[in-house]
Amino acid sequence: MINLENISFDHCIKCTVCTIYCPVARVNPIYPGPKQSGPDTERLRIKNPDLLDESLKYCSNCKRCEIACPSDVRIADIIQTAKWKYSPKRFKIRDFLLSHTDLMGTLSTSAAPVVNRITGLSLTKSAMEAFLNISSKRRFPAYEPGTFRRWYGRMKSEQEAFSEKVIYYHGCYVNYNDHELGKTVVRTLNKLGVGVTLIPEKCCGVPLIANADLPGARKNARYNIQSIETAVEKTHCSVVSTSSSCTFALKHEYPGLLEIDNSAVFNKIHYITAYLSRLFAQGPVPELQPVNLTAAYHAPCHLERMGGVIHTLDLLSNIPGLKIVLMHSECCGISGTYGFKKECYDIAQDVGEELFKRIADAAPDIVITDCETCKWQIEMSTPFRTVHPIMILAQSLGVYTF
Amino acid sequence: MKRMETDVVVVGGGATGTGVIRDCALRGMACVMIEKNDLASGTTGRNHGLLHSGARYAVNDPESAAECISENRILKRIARHCVEDTGGLFVTLPDDDTEYHKRLVKGCRAVGIDYEEIDVSAALKIEPNLNSGVLTAMKVPDGTIDPFRLAASNVLDAKEHGAEIRTHTEMVRCIISGDRVVGVLCRDNLNGELFEIYSKIVINASGVWGRRICETAGVPLTMYPSKGSLVIIDYRVNNVVINCCRKPFDGDIIVPGDTVSLIGTTSKKIDYDRIEELDVDDDEIEVLLAGGEKLIPNVSRTRVLRAYSGVRPLVSRSGDVDGRDITRGIVLIDHEAENGVKGFITVTGGKLMTYRLMAEWAVDLACEKLRVDVPCTTHERPLPGSETPSNRPVPHYFDGISKSVLGSAHYRHGERMDHIFSKDKKSYGLVCECEMVTAGEVEYALKNLCVKDMIDLRRRTRLGMGPCQGELCSYRTAGLFNDLGAADEQTAIRMLKDFFEERWKGVKPVLWGDTLREIEFTYWIYQGLFGLGGVPDEDEPI
Repeated sequence: MINLENISFDHCIKCTVCTIYCPVARVNPIYPGPKQSGPDTERLRIKNPDLLDESLKYCSNCKRCEIACPSDVRIADIIQTAKWKYSPKRFKIRDFLLSHTDLMGTLSTSAAPVVNRITGLSLTKSAMEAFLNISSKRRFPAYEPGTFRRWYGRMKSEQEAFSEKVIYYHGCYVNYNDHELGKTVVRTLNKLGVGVTLIPEKCCGVPLIANADLPGARKNARYNIQSIETAVEKTHCSVVSTSSSCTFALKHEYPGLLEIDNSAVFNKIHYITAYLSRLFAQGPVPELQPVNLTAAYHAPCHLERMGGVIHTLDLLSNIPGLKIVLMHSECCGISGTYGFKKECYDIAQDVGEELFKRIADAAPDIVITDCETCKWQIEMSTPFRTVHPIMILAQSLGVYTF
Repeated sequence: MKRMETDVVVVGGGATGTGVIRDCALRGMACVMIEKNDLASGTTGRNHGLLHSGARYAVNDPESAAECISENRILKRIARHCVEDTGGLFVTLPDDDTEYHKRLVKGCRAVGIDYEEIDVSAALKIEPNLNSGVLTAMKVPDGTIDPFRLAASNVLDAKEHGAEIRTHTEMVRCIISGDRVVGVLCRDNLNGELFEIYSKIVINASGVWGRRICETAGVPLTMYPSKGSLVIIDYRVNNVVINCCRKPFDGDIIVPGDTVSLIGTTSKKIDYDRIEELDVDDDEIEVLLAGGEKLIPNVSRTRVLRAYSGVRPLVSRSGDVDGRDITRGIVLIDHEAENGVKGFITVTGGKLMTYRLMAEWAVDLACEKLRVDVPCTTHERPLPGSETPSNRPVPHYFDGISKSVLGSAHYRHGERMDHIFSKDKKSYGLVCECEMVTAGEVEYALKNLCVKDMIDLRRRTRLGMGPCQGELCSYRTAGLFNDLGAADEQTAIRMLKDFFEERWKGVKPVLWGDTLREIEFTYWIYQGLFGLGGVPDEDEPI
């Protein structure tokens, strides 16, 4: 039965601009596009759930349709909800493995060098493709030994000494795959006179949503919001995240798609560049060293969806010597776990092709992007090193060197 | 002047007329049906499409109620692809007296309707968006029926049994010889040509227009036309029929119908000379939406697609003149016995639900007069599309067709969908994106279902009946008419314009919110971009 409180599909005036804007529909003729997969066929699914189209699986949940929509239809939400609500619940081991990033991270970091070695082997890749439908062409992100949280444990007392603090929601990527980013965030904030606190957290739920496990995502969402609420109530600190998709989930997917109320802490949660650019605006702007690089900047879809690109660009504009070449607004293709799937790998690469070409044309020294999976995709598909904007700022502040 | 000869001429292509022509054809009579506009273009296509269980009449009109439940069971068997066995609820609204519930229970029991009194909590489980303050609830075997599909299926079967169908053909007058009606003078409304059809019997099944037909045969027929208006909601806000448990009044029912829901119905007495006007008044819309909101509180938040009205062909043979009180019973008139005019039968009154029974009675009488000794089989013989006795799963012909396309075609054509799809991509390419109508379905309808223009096509396929009201499908369809040789370029463009005028008529009364945004966008495309308003009307020179 439909929830009559949530009927944004009713506002669709069939202008079809979402389908024009959809990166998947552009390269994959089997995918009929967001208008048809979302608002159009939602009416039919309300009539009869059996009318669910298989092609919905091609939606990567990049949310570009929602950016384009002039009628405020939550197109991607409609599609993700439909995948879960109307399809027969079948356990797919591949989707389980891809979507449970924290479980996989915990298991892998304990034996990181071995795991990285194994996932890099062509034999493993062929086996994963054959048995799990995970594309053998995809390069797997490397795991780090230990976790970021363990490193932080040693820093805790030092951080507590700061009078001003923020809560850092680090997410799975920093905890398991990229300690360097986490450490750099701590050093950068410290340099700006801000201490870092961690709170109990679970995966934000983005991969669960993308793999049609809404109950699982809801469980994590409830846990995270409760944890944030408790901490904010006690400390009145802001919460920052370095992952654009995690931030998007915490702020927008929770109330919109998962129906988890986050209104008590909504205004406290910030994507890190939004937090920092406000800090800079309040002044005084810290002393910044020149970073003499030409950097191609790629805006992740989810950051665009929440209107956060401006803050990253604003922050980077403070750095002397840095030349930003702004890439055309488009999807890199990977969309989190999407580009790992055998049936979606080629689509992901076709989607990203235009971006890869433009990056090459810009001939940058480095690529900057806010999203970890965009980074994987660009590093796999182009010869350029790709970093988070915080890494550049850290360089300029003298707390990190390339 | 061209002349034809046949055994029976049936005047009117609504539910009754198409039922009559099918019955005649199945009994082996030579027959021709004429319809001045299109199949189901009158009252048949202008109601809420409720497959009555009879419960709505059980208290006040037990005779009609008994006919309803009997036909309900027959239609669920013979017309499976035209009906949906949704089930129905009767609920007592918070301000109403629960006394009526008891009377309804008694009435249903007396007529033999399988009702079941249930807890309000159970009703809310069945229909979670129902007003949670309702006092009582009972389940009845209501369902929904698509009148367009029903008429088209009857005609399809009639054609396959030798009947001739002439839509857009108007009866000018009866041809009289002595004390007998010997045929009808007709005009083909597409080319203006006059011709005669001579027959042994003329059956007047033209509903509310029957009075005019009778006048040309020199017999009187007193009608009390009653206008009923309805509004269409963008999508199914309910999945079972919801009735108010009280004496029928305006805005007391919400019926799911394919992809939409309908709130019905008003009842306004109108003068006979206004039966073609059919405007929906603002006060009617207000009453309907307020009524709908009492049943499903969130109705006011949803988009209203259209409003429309139909005229009930009420015949008073007892002297009652008020719309709600005149019986909905069947009126069969043998004009030979009643007025001394031979060869002329009128069947009217009744309702969509009892169309088959009306046809059976009329054709029984015609057979008696023609000494044809073949019994009626329409209560047993399934309509084309519902041939297999049990529900066939939706077939998946080959990879590449989506389930939403197949399922929608199955809804509309039942097993006849087998004639629509081929591996040729064109056959499953979408024309109407709201209702999933493909080019193959358009071609099938053009070849088999008496389609002369885009408005006819809409009635066969639901093309243009979704939220965009023709915004995206109409120009594609006009192109298809041309591609398939069904219209030259100028005609196709005129059809396009006529189609929008017809859609506009129903949208105009509900012009607010998203409906207004939608129509503005459509106007911007077709007037601003394509300049469709500059296309001359049919009677203007190009």
